[in-house]
Amino acid sequence: MPRAVDMLLRGRSSVGMNKIPGYRRYIPGTQPRHLHPSYVSSIKRAPQQPLVWLPHTLSEITGPVFGAEIADVKASDLTRQHSGEPVGERIIVSGRVLDESARPVPHTLVEIWQANAAGRYLHGNDQHNAPLDPNFTGCGHAVTDSEGRYRFVTIRPGEYPWGNHHNAWRPAHIHFSLFGPAFATRLVTQMYFQGDPLIPFDPIFNCTDDEKARNRLISQFDWETTIPSQALGYRFDIVLSGCESTPMETHGHGEKS
Amino acid sequence: MSLPATTWQTVGPFFSIGFSWLYRDNLAGPGVSGSRVEISGRVLDGEGNPVPDGIVEIWQANSQGKYAHPGDPQEKKVEEGFTGYGRVPTDGAGLFRFTTIKPGRVPGPDGHLQAPHLEISVFTRGLLRRLITRIYFPDESSNAQDFALNLVDAGRRSTLIAKQTDAGSGALEWNVILQGPGETVFFDV
Ligand SMILES: [Fe+3]
Repeated sequence: MPRAVDMLLRGRSSVGMNKIPGYRRYIPGTQPRHLHPSYVSSIKRAPQQPLVWLPHTLSEITGPVFGAEIADVKASDLTRQHSGEPVGERIIVSGRVLDESARPVPHTLVEIWQANAAGRYLHGNDQHNAPLDPNFTGCGHAVTDSEGRYRFVTIRPGEYPWGNHHNAWRPAHIHFSLFGPAFATRLVTQMYFQGDPLIPFDPIFNCTDDEKARNRLISQFDWETTIPSQALGYRFDIVLSGCESTPMETHGHGEKS
Repeated sequence: MSLPATTWQTVGPFFSIGFSWLYRDNLAGPGVSGSRVEISGRVLDGEGNPVPDGIVEIWQANSQGKYAHPGDPQEKKVEEGFTGYGRVPTDGAGLFRFTTIKPGRVPGPDGHLQAPHLEISVFTRGLLRRLITRIYFPDESSNAQDFALNLVDAGRRSTLIAKQTDAGSGALEWNVILQGPGETVFFDV
């Protein structure tokens, strides 16, 4: 299992508690900066002080554990949560959750939420003038299997307008939330669709400097998971921070405020 | 083989659709030992306005300083029903509230124990990534030796320490100031 705690256990006799193997830090440019002025909501919410670099301790290399019993079949099939079928194009969204060493992250919780086919969220604050679907809530969760695989059946979400700037529209996307093996491996992201013409204009998609990192948020159409006469398949693999292979120094290179 | 970690994206304004099934505002069920505390506070933006669409996640050890995680190597017990995980949204006034027990001290670097603390993640629309911080406890002498608190400028440490609101009741207040004067210390984890 790709967990720093296993490294900790293995290395305990020689390493002692002085240096704990932590999780890898993000590669510069592959993550959004907190302040991204073209995403207007970040202007009054992004911290102004530099973050304080924190060596990983037992507190950061452990994290919440959710058993497989937390997920039932209904939770991963968003088209069967009501008496009738939701409107829209059925899709299968599947993939693997891996760490940075390409090892699967098994038995970890994956949560998703999304707009319906018309681009409307089942949420009191969504003012978009598009119909709600009585047969679609738009949320689900699943636990990865022993190979790190997850699979959702859902509806392709619609694009929707938002107030960020004149004629702003979000590309179609599904929100993802993952825990991984530790507090340090938590991830919340969004999955996009290949060929969506709105992607180049979206400030949220474009808030990450590294183009390759951005493009990894775009899922790929996939024949293999497409079900004949039923649903199109899209693949979206997710990579969580991997553990350090060597014990970390207790002081980093990062800023200290 | 090395893969770069997936890029973060904001939770956006509608995360409650996806998150509410797992809201947990009580981390201290009946079988869980330790002194009960109720922690409440507000999430405020750079203009001092409440953030009504935020979420706070909590991760903590039990009163013995043991995490409910298979990798915690300490030979200590975890009580049935204690997970150490909490998730609470902010309301229209930016207010969040949860009940828990004060955690014990857990190992830190250099063989020293850390002061009792909660690991906190803050998510809101407008935050492209989560913000990571810690809650420490007032009247706790071990705070002075805590390695993480000592990484922080003395003038900003108080943003990490909850305040007693009502002596003896276990009620604590701890606010998240996202930006500007009194800005909460956030960690690069
Ligand atoms: Fe969205």
